[in-house]
Amino acid sequence: MKALSIRGLKKTYKGGHEALKGIDLDVEEGDFFALLGPNGAGKSTTIGIISSLVNKSSGTVNVFGYDLDTQLVDLKRQIGLVPQEFNFNQFETVQQIVVNQAGYYGVPRELAKQRAEKYLKQLSLWDKRDSPARMLSGGMKRRLMIARALLHEPKLLILDEPTAGVDIELRRSMWDYLETINKQGITIILTTHYLEEAETLCRNIAIIDQGTIIENTSIKRLLATLNMETFVFDLAVNEGQSSTAGLTLEGFKWRALDDHTIEVDVEKSQGLNRVFEQLSAQHLTVLSMRNKANRLEELFVNLVEKGRKPTAAEA
Amino acid sequence: MSSISFIALKTIWIKECTRFLRIWVQTLVPPAITMTLYFVIFGSIVGERIGDMGGRPYMEFIVPGLIMMSIITNSYSNVASSFFSAKFQRNIEEMLVAPVSPAVIIGGYVGGGLARALIVAVIVTCVSFLFVENVSIHHAGILVLTVILTSTLFSLGGLINAIHAKTFDDISIVPTFVLTPLTYLGGVFFSIQLLPGIWEQVAQANPVLYMVNAFRYGFLGVSDVNVGVALAVIIGFNLVLFTLAYTLLKRGAGIRS
Repeated sequence: MKALSIRGLKKTYKGGHEALKGIDLDVEEGDFFALLGPNGAGKSTTIGIISSLVNKSSGTVNVFGYDLDTQLVDLKRQIGLVPQEFNFNQFETVQQIVVNQAGYYGVPRELAKQRAEKYLKQLSLWDKRDSPARMLSGGMKRRLMIARALLHEPKLLILDEPTAGVDIELRRSMWDYLETINKQGITIILTTHYLEEAETLCRNIAIIDQGTIIENTSIKRLLATLNMETFVFDLAVNEGQSSTAGLTLEGFKWRALDDHTIEVDVEKSQGLNRVFEQLSAQHLTVLSMRNKANRLEELFVNLVEKGRKPTAAEA
Repeated sequence: MSSISFIALKTIWIKECTRFLRIWVQTLVPPAITMTLYFVIFGSIVGERIGDMGGRPYMEFIVPGLIMMSIITNSYSNVASSFFSAKFQRNIEEMLVAPVSPAVIIGGYVGGGLARALIVAVIVTCVSFLFVENVSIHHAGILVLTVILTSTLFSLGGLINAIHAKTFDDISIVPTFVLTPLTYLGGVFFSIQLLPGIWEQVAQANPVLYMVNAFRYGFLGVSDVNVGVALAVIIGFNLVLFTLAYTLLKRGAGIRS
């Protein structure tokens, strides 16, 4: 069954800005799906329409078979939303916020309190249950929004940049948590600017730019299309001499970043062995090597730039 | 109403009551102080020189009007400030993403406004006991009905104001330029029979006049207008404002892009 099915979705805001130009999108039940795009691409508008915060101009949205236009109440029950910005009452306590949210979905207060204990404990917020939300750290506020979205036990969880401004340790613990609930059967749609996050967590991906879906495939398949990667090599300094002076790398495009660091473009067909062979032949020792950018990031930039290239007529 | 809608309604109502009780110094104490001042200045000091009004001592005459004035301002400002804050902080989205119908949102907020208005009414009535020796109730049913209908009406008014408001200034414009003049000219401090000629008829276009007089009838058994007409006018305004608030919320005016 499809967790989400969107057809011909358009949104034109007052003033004429066309945020969505007729997108089609499918997300399978149980998927961990990434919706990527640059700022202003239409991600938040899409999420806003699915979660009834934005009125669509035209098109259809189905969530687990429920239609946005005709079965709104049932559709809303399927969705838990973690928005990009903190949107809870800063003066209410952590427990009040989550219990009230459950109440809006018709969860009886006693049951809501039991669930609040369960989810606040899972997200390490139980000790803070009586604290006003404004007293929480940024990371705690993010976790509070996840707990709030889960209280009515939705089948589809939508997270709009859930780890923005969260430190690395906390981000990884949130990834673990999201992976756990995904394994338990919750379908997850994630937008993020951390492409490493999408590559680590998600199985399928859609890239949206200027209101149009420019790529919609599995992460594996997308990464397989990456023809060239750029690697950075740190070379050992030989007796105070520049390691890069006089260096040659036949068959590769390369640049010296300083006198002992080089950047090499390696096509998939070339392999890295030839680079190492040539460096060894020139008595250079590689101290360390890394990707210049995340693989998905390179693809993302390529796709967005390709989509924005002016046509002959425009040029 | 389904049990799910009832739970949602109860949740909004509890949230609203918790909010104004949490900040009781800002919500419940000021009406007590303001009304005490009114009783002292207009009732005791000035009132003694005025003598009777509507066949009653002036102090007794203004008690129902001042209670009604508290009900009007508190029910209005409770809903206007709470709903606008929810819009401003964007926590209104908590309700918008959930299966909460516009009628339930209206019910929850109006219920909050009603609860605050009733508590304030009890406080102001208790304060009035300090100044009036014999407080009698002429018709409890009309008294209660007028309080409920009036606070519902002004809660709806506050909600509509908050739906349209874009800044905090916008929720203070209506109380300052509309509510206060209507209340002061609505027969709180005087009987409209004192107004000369045409002005008595002009005063009858003021909806607050009907609320004050219906309430005064419930208290003292005196009114400048027919009580049946007064209740019909209040019910009519309630229906109009409920329809307007429902339509605005259903359309997502001011809360959905």
